[in-house]
Amino acid sequence: MDFSYTETQTMVRDTLARFLADRYDHETRMKISRGDGWSPDIWKAFAEELGILAAPFAESLGGLGGGAVENMIVMEELGKALVLEPYLSTVVIGGGFARETGRTDLVESIIAGGVTTAFAWAEPKGRFDPANITTSAKRSGSGWTLSGHKAVVRDAPFASHLIVTARTGGGQREQAGVSLFLIENGAKGVVRRDYPTADGGRASEVYFENAEVPGEALLGETDGAFPLVSRIIDEATTALCAEAVGVLRELHRQTQDYAQQRKQFGQPISKFQVLQHRMVDMFMEAEQAASMALMATLKLPDPAAVSMAKAKIGKGLTLSGQEAIQIHGGMGMTDELAIGHYFKRATMIESQFGNTDWHLQRYEALAFGEAA
Amino acid sequence: MDLSFSPEDAAFREEVRRFIDENYPENLKGKLDEGEEWSKEDYLSWHRILGRKGWVAPAWPTEYGGPGWSATQRYIFSEELARADTVPILPFGISMVAPVIYTFGTPEQKARFLPRILSGEDWWCQGYSEPGAGSDLASLRTKAERDGDHYVVNGQKTWTTLAQHADWGFFLVRTDASVKAQEGISFLLIDMKTPGITVRPIITLGGEHEVNEVWLENVRVPVENRVHEENKGWTCAKFLLAHERTGIAGVARSKRGIEKLRAIAATELDGDRSLIENPFFKRKLAELEIDLAALEFTELRGLAALAAGKPPGAESSLLKIKGTEIQQRITELTLEAVGHYGAPWFRGFGDSDNEHAIGPEYALRAAPTYFNMRKTSIYGGSNEIQRGIIAKMVLGL
Ligand SMILES: Cc1cc2nc3c(=O)[nH]c(=O)nc-3n(C[C@H](O)[C@H](O)[C@H](O)COP(=O)(O)OP(=O)(O)OC[C@H]3O[C@@H](n4cnc5c(N)ncnc54)[C@H](O)[C@@H]3O)c2cc1C
Ligand SMILES: Cc1cc2nc3c(=O)[nH]c(=O)nc-3n(C[C@H](O)[C@H](O)[C@H](O)COP(=O)(O)OP(=O)(O)OC[C@H]3O[C@@H](n4cnc5c(N)ncnc54)[C@H](O)[C@@H]3O)c2cc1C
Repeated sequence: MDFSYTETQTMVRDTLARFLADRYDHETRMKISRGDGWSPDIWKAFAEELGILAAPFAESLGGLGGGAVENMIVMEELGKALVLEPYLSTVVIGGGFARETGRTDLVESIIAGGVTTAFAWAEPKGRFDPANITTSAKRSGSGWTLSGHKAVVRDAPFASHLIVTARTGGGQREQAGVSLFLIENGAKGVVRRDYPTADGGRASEVYFENAEVPGEALLGETDGAFPLVSRIIDEATTALCAEAVGVLRELHRQTQDYAQQRKQFGQPISKFQVLQHRMVDMFMEAEQAASMALMATLKLPDPAAVSMAKAKIGKGLTLSGQEAIQIHGGMGMTDELAIGHYFKRATMIESQFGNTDWHLQRYEALAFGEAA
Repeated sequence: MDLSFSPEDAAFREEVRRFIDENYPENLKGKLDEGEEWSKEDYLSWHRILGRKGWVAPAWPTEYGGPGWSATQRYIFSEELARADTVPILPFGISMVAPVIYTFGTPEQKARFLPRILSGEDWWCQGYSEPGAGSDLASLRTKAERDGDHYVVNGQKTWTTLAQHADWGFFLVRTDASVKAQEGISFLLIDMKTPGITVRPIITLGGEHEVNEVWLENVRVPVENRVHEENKGWTCAKFLLAHERTGIAGVARSKRGIEKLRAIAATELDGDRSLIENPFFKRKLAELEIDLAALEFTELRGLAALAAGKPPGAESSLLKIKGTEIQQRITELTLEAVGHYGAPWFRGFGDSDNEHAIGPEYALRAAPTYFNMRKTSIYGGSNEIQRGIIAKMVLGL
């Protein structure tokens, strides 16, 4: 057994950490958040200066020869700095679909930074089930016509492309009959309603109003895309778990720093044992999260491991987020301090790609059978 | 022993309900559900309506304008307000400074301030906390020095709720730095328009402007605005802590919160059923309702003891801790219930595009409310401080 990083992996982590420390402090992050919601310059630097957009791709695809472990390493660092740029949407998800469907051209464009993707899978009444799809795609001539409504599509306001799940057959919650499309953002018939998200990012409601897309928009097999969708969502969830590790580590670190500086009753509040034990709990949550993110990463594509990790980490996010605010007292309630923004991101990660209950139930179904 | 309310109490409830039905302003109904916030005018309009009816200050003695209700009637009244989801009556004037004034104030102070609190003419804020004095309130440093028949006040207060609207503030200030911390504090009423006062907003996690920093620079306050003796301010503050506890548990508001949560969970879909039929979610709702029942009956036991003439004790700390935990849990489960639509941030929507609405209306405030309600376990004596009080005062540790 060996959990150590290779030299290249260590280098990726360290250069990214250094870059973010220099160029992505909290103030910069908030400026980006209040501006366009992402920074094309930062993205360009990810592509050209750091090369991290190539990290998880095989050399044969023009990548650095990495994979899920590289995604984990990058995502943890992005989590520590609350990075808004769409590594998850584009490199993990868009890149994952491109890799699995043999779209070398797409991988190359992602690595170069020219293509960014947003993943439109959730629907207003589908909760967290990716097979619960009513958006339809019907053949028309050599292309397709899409109709439907996708909910809370993260990064859609600025992504160059949308990756969309749509029904080409089957009933509303069936896994059969799902197809996948890669569509240029802003294509005719694609209507977006953009908005900020609670954690400072951007998302859209995306409406397909008889949107005509060409035949080559189809990604993968007609009707048979669900296993691929499910797999890439598991990869994304795993990467999200790694981001959560970064968030949890910062929630703990910043809270402890604050408690050691803040004095009440003539002593640092870190001296109160009730607070000490709760900071210990926060520390333990971060450590267990790191273990679970690693487990899920190494066991990919095992869906049970992914759901175990997300369920465990989801609970930790809720606990640590709430404790961080509580231990900060009134200061924790201010929009000005970074800690509140970590709390918000923690809260949003908890429900992204399925909340704690969802993954607990999925794990139960996988481990004990559907009847359990 | 008897669980039911008397026929008189039931009739009283009917009367209150009817009054609210007939008099609560139409334009305030459901306002928060639509993602808006209460404005100063909203607070005042309901305050004035209750004021004209003589119901705005249920706990005041009749001689100052209270309705002369029993503890049970006050309880029923607050339940009915919550049930109707009314804009709250802010505590700072009615239930904080007024009891201090009618208990410790001079006849002139009573005559000058109490009627204006009742009528809503003066908006009050509470200037206790400072950057360096939160849980350890007695360490406060804002100082007041005598200069003839004035105090000159210098220092900084913080977290002052709704000070941006305030006409008056009640402040704890240091008048003697040479004695034990608690023994050198005085209670001053300060006109917020006095030169030298600067109010600066603090924006909180839900994006709201609810609290402020209040800077005081050579603020001249007439000595006649001091309540109680010099250096007896801590007595007023402690009296207030014991006094401000009625309704602290927020049972009635939480009941209403759970009702709304049930309705949301019955609307939200989870596959081929509603979320409320999901055994995980249903279990959490059930636990929440059980916790609330435990809180309610703890409060009722206290109420019965109070009605029997026993003084309120440190059990108010229990009500505060459990009450706020339940309030927070309701917002947490509400956010969970709305699923993806917890993410859109309502402050971002400039227009109202009905054709492309963003999620259901009840989801609009789920996340900001969850964030905002974290405050309840921090303010009013944090829940850690409250547990400390129980350990010391009740358990004798
Ligand atoms: C099944 C069993 C097997 C054991 N085997 C061994 C053995 O093989 N060898 C051996 O030497 N001992 C052994 N012990 C003894 C064990 O180490 C002691 O029980 C333990 O150190 C606690 O001491 P105590 O029982 O005197 O409890 P106390 O020390 O009196 O503690 C009572 C409670 O107070 C808490 N407490 C104490 N100090 C603090 C503090 N500073 N802050 C917060 N809380 C505090 C404790 O956590 C505990 O909840 C064993 C005990 C058990 C129950
Ligand atoms: C939204 C909001 C509105 C407010 N409105 C007002 C207002 O109108 N007027 C006003 O005067 N004040 C107001 N406050 C201030 C409030 O009373 C203080 O925030 C509170 O007293 C806590 O003080 P602090 O924020 O300085 O936290 P700190 O006292 O620094 O506490 C930080 C953490 O340490 C813990 N802690 C502190 N001491 C101990 C101890 N001995 N043992 C264990 N744990 C401890 C606390 O519980 C908390 O978790 C408001 C606060 C908020 C958040």
